[in-house]
Amino acid sequence: MDFSLSMEQEILRNSVRDFAENEIKPVARELDEKETFSYDTMRKMAALGLFGMFVSEKYGGQGMDYISYAIATEEIARVDGSHAATVAAGNSLGIGPLYYFGSEEQKQKYLPKLCSGEALWGFGLTEPDAGSDASNSKTTAVLDGDQWVINGSKIFITNASTKLTSGVTSLCRTGTREDGRPELSCILVEAGTPGFEAREMHGKLMWRASNTSELYFDDCRVPDENMLGPRGNGFHQMMQTLDGGRLSIGAMGLGGAQGCYDLALKYSRERTQFGKPISNFQVNAFKLADMALEIECARLILYKACWLRDQQKPFGKEAAMAKLHCSEVMYRCANHAVQLHGGYGLMKEYDVERFYRDQKLLEIGEGTSEVQRIVISRLIGAL
Amino acid sequence: MNIIVCLKQVPDTESQIKIGSDGVSIVTDDIKWVMNPYDEFGVEEALKLKEKFGGEVTVVGLGPKRVTESIRTALAMGADKGVLVTDDALEGSDALATAKAIAAAIKDLEYDVIFTGQRGVDDDQGLVGAAVAELLDIPQLSLITKVEVAEDGNTVKVERPIEGETLVIESSLPALITAQKGLNEPRYASLPGIMKAKKKPLEEKSLGDLGLDASEFGADARKLKILELTPPPAREAGKIVEGETPQEKAAELAKLLHEEAKVL
Repeated sequence: MDFSLSMEQEILRNSVRDFAENEIKPVARELDEKETFSYDTMRKMAALGLFGMFVSEKYGGQGMDYISYAIATEEIARVDGSHAATVAAGNSLGIGPLYYFGSEEQKQKYLPKLCSGEALWGFGLTEPDAGSDASNSKTTAVLDGDQWVINGSKIFITNASTKLTSGVTSLCRTGTREDGRPELSCILVEAGTPGFEAREMHGKLMWRASNTSELYFDDCRVPDENMLGPRGNGFHQMMQTLDGGRLSIGAMGLGGAQGCYDLALKYSRERTQFGKPISNFQVNAFKLADMALEIECARLILYKACWLRDQQKPFGKEAAMAKLHCSEVMYRCANHAVQLHGGYGLMKEYDVERFYRDQKLLEIGEGTSEVQRIVISRLIGAL
Repeated sequence: MNIIVCLKQVPDTESQIKIGSDGVSIVTDDIKWVMNPYDEFGVEEALKLKEKFGGEVTVVGLGPKRVTESIRTALAMGADKGVLVTDDALEGSDALATAKAIAAAIKDLEYDVIFTGQRGVDDDQGLVGAAVAELLDIPQLSLITKVEVAEDGNTVKVERPIEGETLVIESSLPALITAQKGLNEPRYASLPGIMKAKKKPLEEKSLGDLGLDASEFGADARKLKILELTPPPAREAGKIVEGETPQEKAAELAKLLHEEAKVL
């Protein structure tokens, strides 16, 4: 058993950490406050190569493994959740389905620009009435000649309404299966297609500098060749995408927890009360010790899940565990970090305030904690 | 244009430095090692020259095997190949011995410009660059914040800030330039760069490979001995300048700078 990272992974971590500290940290608070997606930091993240990390060089990707992808996402999340969301959704949800299920033509057409970060792509799964019950998708697509006619709407779709967004993958009902259940398929819809509109959502508690959208399809017509993979495979494709996506959400939880811990440790050693640093009070030192312990454990389960994936072994259970555990570890770390900051931790001037808010999404997005527990329960044979 | 960058690995400036029980060294157990920040300026400037004139950038590092990571980082930034001078006998060498080994590793390479950092941020001596230039018998241009190589590639014009003025120096090439803060903003090692660096050549050389006598290196051969290491004195509390108006405060500040700090 070998727990050491490769030299490339170490260099990657150092480089992305420096980048995040120098390029994202100085602007993160203001972007959060103004609820603005930054094209400037997006351009810089693209130039660093943060999109298409696990995609082969053939399509303009970096050809890295999943551990590297997790490390890069973790290091961005250590500084800011919104930017990590742009990266994680861009890779796992935007690029992932096209790379894993797309035809050669579709990959050649879309992936190079998505991997260079010149373009972004949305993942249209969730609907106003289909959240955890994702197969209850109401959006329909009806074949009319050689065109699909799409009607319906999607909600909470990351990266779907930026100026760079070139399209979305949308889960649609394309008919009824022999067993009477709905036939679900993924269809690609390019930005600018008549009848398709992506509207940016505002008023978010967290990830305020990431782009979140509602999608509307009103007799939107796309050619038959925009079907992703075989017709009727949509739900399966979406679930497989989420298995991979969970690793990146896990990385966001881990990185966010590390960010909370780093800020809390620094502050606790500097802040003096009753004549000594507050970290010297056992009640506080134990909080920090618990955080360090939990982060270490979270990193082990996440990297193991990534390693299983890199080894082409089944990783669904570990991915669900990593997503669940890392997001809950960040919940506890953010809570401790704010507590250690006292009154200052409640002020926007201190980054732990943002981490405390950003954390909440991780227990909800890409499968709630409750859904993760169902996934794990089924995989261990309890449900 | 062929460019060489000398690279040292130093403790990250964020590291907590603890003095070892022998009183003359630091505890290295928990230290994160990074490329000397001044050497990063050298790597960046070398890459800029390569982008303009073509040619190759070779990174020459010295130290234990862990230095490989810093050389690979420079390769990931865009340098073409690396040389690591590594030998157990080098452990504890002083700046002059270090310079001898580096000069020996460089002398048979082709080069027009050599960059080193103006100093290592660990020992803060600033000796190796000058000594390497002397041993290679080429001009040394120290503490440089701007580099302009002539179109024909035969001469270089550089700038060194001195006491609020700028000294402009012209030199023939080859020359050794020591990089000062302000020279440039080093680029990040990009993800594609990191993947490409895996395939770039990195050669290891021992003292024997360089034709050097191991007895001239290491702690026993030091001409310069460290007698004692002590932590810097704890910073004293700052002083808040009193006064009702900005004018009064400015007058008080000027008085303190003159009478107490004696800098005016």
